[in-house]
Amino acid sequence: MTPKIVFDNVTRRFDLKGGSFLALDRFSLDVADGEFVTVVGPSGCGKSTALNIAAGLLKASGGEVTVDGKPVEGPGPERGMIFQQYALFPWLSVRDNVEFGLRIKGEPPARRREIAERFIDLVGLGQFADALPKTLSGGMKQRCAIARAYAVDPVILLMDEPFGALDALTRVQLQDQLLETWSRERRTVMFITHDVDEAVYLANRVVVMAAGPGRLQEIIEVDLPYPRTEEIRLSPEFTAIRNRVWHAVYHQQPAQSHG
Amino acid sequence: MSAASAKPRTASSGKAERGPAMDFASLGLNIVGVAAGVAIWWALTGSGVVGLPRPPEVLARFIELLGSGQLLRDTVASLARVLTGFLLGVLLAIPVGFAMGWYKVARALVEPYLQFFRMIPPLAIIPLAIVTMGIEETPKIFVIFLASFLASVVATYQGVISVDRTMINAARVLGAKDFTIFRRVVVPASTPFILVGVRIGLGSAWATVVAAELIAAQSGLGYRMQQAQLYYDLPTIFVSLFAIGILGLVMDRMLQAVERRLTIWQERI
Ligand SMILES: Nc1ncnc2c1ncn2[C@@H]1O[C@H](COP(=O)(O)OP(=O)(O)O)[C@@H](O)[C@H]1O
Ligand SMILES: [Mg+2]
Repeated sequence: MTPKIVFDNVTRRFDLKGGSFLALDRFSLDVADGEFVTVVGPSGCGKSTALNIAAGLLKASGGEVTVDGKPVEGPGPERGMIFQQYALFPWLSVRDNVEFGLRIKGEPPARRREIAERFIDLVGLGQFADALPKTLSGGMKQRCAIARAYAVDPVILLMDEPFGALDALTRVQLQDQLLETWSRERRTVMFITHDVDEAVYLANRVVVMAAGPGRLQEIIEVDLPYPRTEEIRLSPEFTAIRNRVWHAVYHQQPAQSHG
Repeated sequence: MSAASAKPRTASSGKAERGPAMDFASLGLNIVGVAAGVAIWWALTGSGVVGLPRPPEVLARFIELLGSGQLLRDTVASLARVLTGFLLGVLLAIPVGFAMGWYKVARALVEPYLQFFRMIPPLAIIPLAIVTMGIEETPKIFVIFLASFLASVVATYQGVISVDRTMINAARVLGAKDFTIFRRVVVPASTPFILVGVRIGLGSAWATVVAAELIAAQSGLGYRMQQAQLYYDLPTIFVSLFAIGILGLVMDRMLQAVERRLTIWQERI
C-alpha cells in the first residue's frame, strides 16, 4: 500500500543575520494511510518545522512532502491542524468557530449548522455551542479546536503538542477521546508531543528526533493492541517501550558532521 | 499568553470585577467629592479671597446663555467641527493603518511621514492652514482631521501587526485565502487596538478644536471664551469650560461603551 504522507529528504534552513540555521536536515518518513504516528524529541529539534511543512504553512528548502503522491504546495482541506495554543477565534462562539472552515468551503447555512452541531456534540460541547472561547477551560477550548478541524472532514490530522498546555487529568481524557474517534474514522494522524508516555500510549509508531541539526533519530514500533486502556498503560510491555523511547530521546549521540 | 496581556485594556476593566455594591459606594463618593469641590469653590470665592466668580453667578450665566440659545449654537458649532474632522481622520486612518500593517511596501512609504508629523503638534499647523486655506471652516477641520488621523493610524497599524500568527495559520489550514484572512481574522482581531486609537483620536480632536477656535473663529465654545476674555466676563468663561469638559467626558464615555460592546470577547486577565 502506498503511504499517505511521504517526507522525502526534507530540509529547512532559516535565514539569520550573518548566515543560515539548519532547523531540519534531510528528514525522511513514510506515514501509512490510517496510521497514528507520534513525534518526540528535545525542544528545537525541528518537530514543528516538519509538521508545518506537511501542513503547507512553511516551504521546504530542500526535498519535498507528498500527500497521496502529490507534492504539498500549500494548506489543503484534506489536512487539518491542531495547535498547542488552540488558536480559536476569540470573537466567535464555539459554533461559529466550528463553522469557520465550512463557511470558506461554501456550505449553505443550514448544512453548516447541522455539521457543526454534530461535531460540537462529538467533543461534548453541546451545552456550550453559543459560548465565547474566553468562558471555556483549556481542555474545552482544545475540544472546540478539534471539532473545528474535524468539521471540514480532513483525512489527515496534524497535531502540534495539542495537549501540552493541559492538566494531567484533562490530558488523559482527551487522549482517550482522540483514540476513540481515530479508531472509528481512521484518519491518518501525525501527533507531536514532548511527553514520552503520551507518545507511546497513542501511537502505532513513535518517531524520535534529535537536535542540532534537527533530524530523524529512530523509529520505534509500538506493538500494543488498541483500544489502549489503563491496563495497557500499566503493563510491563508499555514500560519497556516507554523506556526505549525515553532512552532514544534523552541519551542521544551528538550530531555527526557531514560535508 | 503573553500576546493577550499586551492587548489594550479599557480603564473600566478592573471595575467590572467589583460588585454593584462597590459601584454604588464609589458613585456616592464621586458625588460627595464633587459637592465638596463646589463647597470649597463657594467658600473661597464668597470670602472674596480669590477674584473668581461664585457658583450662583456661573449658574445664572449658564441659564441665561442656555435661554438665549447661544450656548447651544456655540456647542453645535464646536461639535460639528470636531465630528467632521474626527470622522474624516478615522475613516482615512483605518485603511491606511491596515495597509501599513499588511503590506511592507506601504509601511515603508508612509512611515517617514507619520513619524515626522507625529512630532509636530497639530496646533502648530494652524498658521500654515490659515494662510493656505483661509479663515473659514476648512483650516479648523483640517487640523482636527490631522490630529485624529495621526492618533488612530498608529493604533490601527499596531493592531494589525500584533495579530497572533497562529490564528492566521489556523485560518489558512481551514482553507482561508488572503482576503478572507484579512476580513475574518485581521479586522476583528485588531478591533480593540483600533478602538483605543479612535478614543485617543477623539480626545485630541476635542483638545484641538478649542485651541483652533481661540485663534480664528466666529463661533464655537473656544470663540466664546475668547470674546469673554476681552470683557473680563469670567462667568461665561466658566460656563464654556464646563461645557467643554462635560461634552468631552460624555463623548468619551459613549465611545467606551461602544468599545466594551465590540470587545466583549476579549479575555481580560
Ligand atoms: N521562523 C524561524 N526563524 C528562525 N529560526 C526558526 C524559525 N522557526 C524555527 N526556528 C528554529 O528552528 C529550530 C526548530 O524549531 P521547531 O521546529 O519549532 O522545534 P520544535 O518544534 O522541535 O521545538 C529551533 O532551533 C528554532 O529556533
Ligand atoms: Mg514545536
